[in-house]
Amino acid sequence: MATTAAAPAIPATDSYVGTSGVWSWLTTVDHKRIGTLYLFTSLFFFLVGGIEAGLIRWQLAQPNMHLVSADVYNQLFTMHGTTMIFLGIMPLSAAFFNYIVPLQIGARDVAFPRLNAFSYWVYLFGSLFMNTSWIFGMAPNGGWFGYAPLTTMAYSPGLNIDFWMLGLQILGVSSLAAAFNFITTIINMRAPGMNLMRMPMFTWMAFIVQFLLVLAFPVITIALVFLQFDRFFGTNFYTTTAGADPLLWQHLFWIFGHPEVYILILPAFGLVSEILPTFSRKPIFGYPVMVYSGILIAFLGFGVWAHHMFAVGMGPIADSVFAVTTMLIAIPTGVKIFNWIFTMWGGNLRFTVAMKYAISLVGLFVIGGISGVMHASPPADLQQTDTYFIVAHFHYVLVAGSMMGLSGGIYYYFPKITGRMLSEKVGNWQFWLTFIGVNLTFMPMHWAGLYGMPRRIYRYDAGQGWEIFNLLSTIGAFIQLIAALIGIYNILKSRKSGEVAGNDPWGGGTLEWSMPSPPPEYNFATIPTVTSRYPLWDVKTPGLVADVPHSRHGDERSDIAVGGRHVGSMHDHMSAGTPEGGVNPHAHQASSKVSLKTAEELGIPIPYPTIKPLFVALFMTLMFGSLLLIHENMLKEAITGVILCAATMTAFLYSWLTAPLEPHHA
Amino acid sequence: MANDDIFTHTNPDVDVHAMGEVHEHPTWKEYKWVALILTLITVVEVWIYYTPFSKTPLFVPVLLIMSVAKFTIVVMFYMHLKYDHKLFRALFTGPLTIAMATLISLLFLFEKFGGK
Amino acid sequence: MATAVATHAHPPTSTGLDHRKIAIWAFIGSECMLFASLISTYLIYKGRSIVGPFPHEACDPPRCATHLNAILNIPVTSQSTFVLLMSSLFMVLALEAVENKGKPGYSGIRGSSKFWLMATAIAGATFLGYQAFEFTSFVHEGLTIRTNLFGSSFFTLTGFHGAHVTAGVLWLLTLFAIDVKRGLGPKDALLVDISALYWHFVDVVWIAIFTLVYLIK
Repeated sequence: MATTAAAPAIPATDSYVGTSGVWSWLTTVDHKRIGTLYLFTSLFFFLVGGIEAGLIRWQLAQPNMHLVSADVYNQLFTMHGTTMIFLGIMPLSAAFFNYIVPLQIGARDVAFPRLNAFSYWVYLFGSLFMNTSWIFGMAPNGGWFGYAPLTTMAYSPGLNIDFWMLGLQILGVSSLAAAFNFITTIINMRAPGMNLMRMPMFTWMAFIVQFLLVLAFPVITIALVFLQFDRFFGTNFYTTTAGADPLLWQHLFWIFGHPEVYILILPAFGLVSEILPTFSRKPIFGYPVMVYSGILIAFLGFGVWAHHMFAVGMGPIADSVFAVTTMLIAIPTGVKIFNWIFTMWGGNLRFTVAMKYAISLVGLFVIGGISGVMHASPPADLQQTDTYFIVAHFHYVLVAGSMMGLSGGIYYYFPKITGRMLSEKVGNWQFWLTFIGVNLTFMPMHWAGLYGMPRRIYRYDAGQGWEIFNLLSTIGAFIQLIAALIGIYNILKSRKSGEVAGNDPWGGGTLEWSMPSPPPEYNFATIPTVTSRYPLWDVKTPGLVADVPHSRHGDERSDIAVGGRHVGSMHDHMSAGTPEGGVNPHAHQASSKVSLKTAEELGIPIPYPTIKPLFVALFMTLMFGSLLLIHENMLKEAITGVILCAATMTAFLYSWLTAPLEPHHA
Repeated sequence: MANDDIFTHTNPDVDVHAMGEVHEHPTWKEYKWVALILTLITVVEVWIYYTPFSKTPLFVPVLLIMSVAKFTIVVMFYMHLKYDHKLFRALFTGPLTIAMATLISLLFLFEKFGGK
Repeated sequence: MATAVATHAHPPTSTGLDHRKIAIWAFIGSECMLFASLISTYLIYKGRSIVGPFPHEACDPPRCATHLNAILNIPVTSQSTFVLLMSSLFMVLALEAVENKGKPGYSGIRGSSKFWLMATAIAGATFLGYQAFEFTSFVHEGLTIRTNLFGSSFFTLTGFHGAHVTAGVLWLLTLFAIDVKRGLGPKDALLVDISALYWHFVDVVWIAIFTLVYLIK
């Protein structure tokens, strides 16, 4: 295949934004840089969450251990969950949305580059805010789901929950802003010829996830507002003595919380749907069904939330309705599993590390899915709920599922992002240790749960039959930790001395592989025209895509459609064979001959770097943070803080909105 | 006096494509009727509140129907969803449907419809 | 907000639509869920307050310590509802004035975007004035945000709506200021359209609140 071993003329890091240094990173509005920021920040927080998990597992390795107190244990499992979900998986998915989606659709950036930067800075500051609670010994301790009334002042008077609810509100802003950005980008910035049913699978899953974000986050925002008002202003939303319903929080939280788990898994599904075809040398099997099942999962995902509440006494009708919808949602999910298997069937398989991770997701997610279907039955769930059986389920789908898929994505896209390959040899060590570690950690939990071990206990007595399972889980956790460290080592080492990647180390079929690695600032010198779902295979290896629908010369579908009105045609943007980008059949060999032009030479306006998004994010975080003072009996200071920060934030925001995005031309 | 036949899409300075105008938007000619109808419905809503009808079981459904009518009129005409690119209709009705379904489900779950 | 889109070096958008208009509709979608959550909570807690005051019925001892009137004032709120409804009409006329600036038939008031933008802002501010009056009189009659479930859910719901109106009024005043400074013309139609969509949505939410909170007992 590729002659990637031949030294190309372009060093790996040269084609980033012309400037370098810390300031260039603080002011960047380039989606590639922002994606890189998300990647490394999320990996850092994965380590934090992993350490929290390590401490939990150490405490539980044997009966009645005294590593941590009950109170610290509560903080550990709360922060482990909150960190992994909001500071780990979601941002790692965002790293891929940011870096890859514009490349896959043939765009030069996202629709709102400054808003994109803002989303990242809000994530960073919100994450730091939440974790400063550790310094005060007051990390959130109400579980990642923060059930009220437990989290009301009456039962949680400390600052712990304040950090949690304010932190989540801040992070919510990040996700919502990004969702508006990506919805607009995916709808509006696709290359000519790329109608919706030609978008890459990862972009489709990303697109669906943005709608889930838009619809789910407002609900938790309100749940948190009610909790904030109760805690800060003495309202009665969760005050049972005033007649409040203890289930209100649970319903509102899970109306958000269930779509949230689809937000966590769909990006990984999307990555798998890219990796499997590439390393099977076959298009994805049943592309339309894969798209529709993703949409169906998202839609149905709003109708299953109360399956988290089967033990609260909603009554037989509610239980039955949610049981049925929950079982129904297994269908589109199961369909994807089959389509992935059929994608590999008869393919020319290459078992790269990325491929191994992707195949693992397909197999191990099924285990998590099966336990999930078992929970869908309310009577069975009464036995399983609040035990380690549930912990086993969601760790299979989130770690053996989502995390494996995302790890595969890292191995698959690292070459594109950095220009160098991750070491397959080291990667294989990481993969196998992860595989063994994950299964060793979470498989025994099924038994521990069925033998009655409850969730969230900080220690347990001997003699209940739980010891062996906990010990195995702990050993597995430490194997995972070693695997993670090996992965970090691989990343750090390969950035400097990995094999140079070239445009297309894997022989991929989608647009991101048509460009240098890493791509130049402007991505595409000429926006390519897309003729099928696998535009690169169309040009390089047409035999692979014989069965995929295509345009031919003059085909209407390759034109830019605007509500039926013809706006442009493929001929306006014909770029096959252009040395500087677009769909170049010789791209994988040509890098030594290509001299990359700069944006100025090509006449492509590049958005101005700006520090304003960072400042708006910073003062917004400080504004929320000022509210903490209310519970330190400093109401005047809190109000002053809020007003000053709001004013500063607004001033920077006004400056941002009135500044031009990029240079005009005459 | 005023030429009421001026439609925005014939004004070459307005980028109607970017704004997604597919059909001619209404003008004052149509808008004044819209405003009148909205006012009328509001008057009826408040009026029936003060009549004995408000104590009958039909009161709530009738009120809801009138409110839905007002809602639809504002969205279709003032927000000109009727005249714009179909995409906006999709972007609005999807979330609206999920929002309505969630609201109604919650009312059932909290036994607000007659209860058991 | 006065940036012209550099079109020549940018490929046309896939739909031909401006990014910002797509984004505002996506934002409005999220607001549907936001207000649906607030309204759901209000409706869930309706009739479940242990102590008064209550929205539609008076309360006497022994249920309440002293006599408490029904707190909602339909005649007054009907007026504020009407004002907000009219503000949407003014907004629509403001957009029309911007789009047709300088064209025959759009001279005088009809073509004055400044007039209609200010009219909308004043109507919005009037609505807020009514809300302020309503809130303070409720507090005088014994209903605060802490008093009971009704107080908490009512003030939070209408407070969030009022905050949205306030943001809208500030947005409109900003547009007015830009109009005064450099004039708003047809090329700004999109910007005014986006603010109009936001404004109408805020009106539409009030239509729901007025019925569900005030008119349904």
